[in-house]
Amino acid sequence: MSLKLIRQAINGNRPPPRMWRRQPLKDRYDVVIIGGGAHGLACAYYLAKDHGLTDVAVLDKSYIGSGGSGRNTTIIRSNYLTPEGVQFYDESAKLYEQMSVELDFNVMFSQRGHLTLAHTDNAVRTMRRRAEVNQLQGVDSRLIWPEEIKRLCPPIDVSQHPRYPILAALYHPPGGIIRHDAVVWGYAHQADLSGIHIHQKTEVTGINVKNSRVTEVKTSRGPIKTGIVLNATAGWCTTIADMAGVKLPVTTFPLQACVTEPLKPFLDVIIVSGSLHVYVSQSDRGELVMGAAVDPFASYSVHGSLTFVEGIAGHMLELFPSLHHVRVLRQWAGLCDMTPDYSPIMGFTPVEGFLVDVGWGTYGFKASPVSGKRMAELIATGQTPDLLHPFRLARFYEHDLVGEKGAASVGH
Amino acid sequence: MILIACPNCGPRNEQEFRYGGEYNSRPPESLAVPPDEWVDYIYMRANKQGLQKEWWYHRAGCQLWFLAERHTKTNVIERTYYWRQNITKSELDQD
Repeated sequence: MSLKLIRQAINGNRPPPRMWRRQPLKDRYDVVIIGGGAHGLACAYYLAKDHGLTDVAVLDKSYIGSGGSGRNTTIIRSNYLTPEGVQFYDESAKLYEQMSVELDFNVMFSQRGHLTLAHTDNAVRTMRRRAEVNQLQGVDSRLIWPEEIKRLCPPIDVSQHPRYPILAALYHPPGGIIRHDAVVWGYAHQADLSGIHIHQKTEVTGINVKNSRVTEVKTSRGPIKTGIVLNATAGWCTTIADMAGVKLPVTTFPLQACVTEPLKPFLDVIIVSGSLHVYVSQSDRGELVMGAAVDPFASYSVHGSLTFVEGIAGHMLELFPSLHHVRVLRQWAGLCDMTPDYSPIMGFTPVEGFLVDVGWGTYGFKASPVSGKRMAELIATGQTPDLLHPFRLARFYEHDLVGEKGAASVGH
Repeated sequence: MILIACPNCGPRNEQEFRYGGEYNSRPPESLAVPPDEWVDYIYMRANKQGLQKEWWYHRAGCQLWFLAERHTKTNVIERTYYWRQNITKSELDQD
């Protein structure tokens, strides 16, 4: 990095002033991606890199990364419960490991270890099963007991005092956290360099379908003729799908998160408890980033609630009694598109040319690279990759649901 | 936190209730109904942005199910009422 700086100082080569440029909106693109989050931009990046498709527009009604990509708690892991889920998220974790080099942008991926706590015998059984499924797929994941939990994370209370004492944990060493905005910016930068147009502040207002084929996307800045539209939105996915006349099994719930004031580094693992509905990690700034389960009722409101702060504070103190004096700095909410089987929906729909990459519930961010790569493959080849087959929309009509109970916000 | 007016008990804290999902009408119980229609009923959702008809259950109160009309962007509840067997379509469909 420093060498590069010196070289640039000497030859006067300055890096481009903007990470991505503002482009005029063309009236025709080969592919239109709705949603400028990590998923949409990853797909655009892989369309250019793997398949040479650069006549692509990425549209976002706000600024890029303003939705789920900028609101998640940045945890990357692959210790899921179903073999389909494990394979899928494992490929994603491996792509994240290479990302800083590939995108030439530091995404600050820190693989610090991920602990999922079990507070009941049933949860211990589930963790054991998850460890077995993970190991069979070659994912580093094992069951550990309170002694080792205490060694990995000294501030945690593993005594019998709390209402739900810690019995065991599923330990996943490659699990980590990342700078989520950097992922969005890195993808946007590379996509822009390859000639893809990123249009911010461009809202989709309609989709024209003729003879059950997509022909045109109407936006707040004018119509775009196209044959392929990818719906990569969260929170608005049913609204966009409705424009094309496609029904989705999605209900949108807010999920709240909060951070504390910065503390000295003391927590170098990620702690998750399904039973207590809390996950926590310490960011590079020293803030504790905490999230919970989705709100108890469906809504598009991203207002924070006192109920959430009360609940998460109580649960955090059961795990870390020493944090009783720490103050919450701010809270926010993001929209989670929940599906009946806690799994995403990717691929073709009954409308030709209208593709979906939606229903990402509470697990979307960690899947950005793999969904982008595989959706790009699907768009370029017209074939569903094996990895995406279990997550097709038609699974609901074929009674072939995935049933991913390893997802966050699922109690055991 | 929102207040929900239970038709039986009056306005109560949201935490007393359980959300039951959006209202959609059940297909008639007949073998003539194609399976896909049942899939649509069980899984597919309108997931409306705006005024939505939905089920609520007053679990810490009278333990009765009722319908509410709530704006999903603002969480403002317009009205609450009981479902009835012969409720007219216009009564349920008014937005």
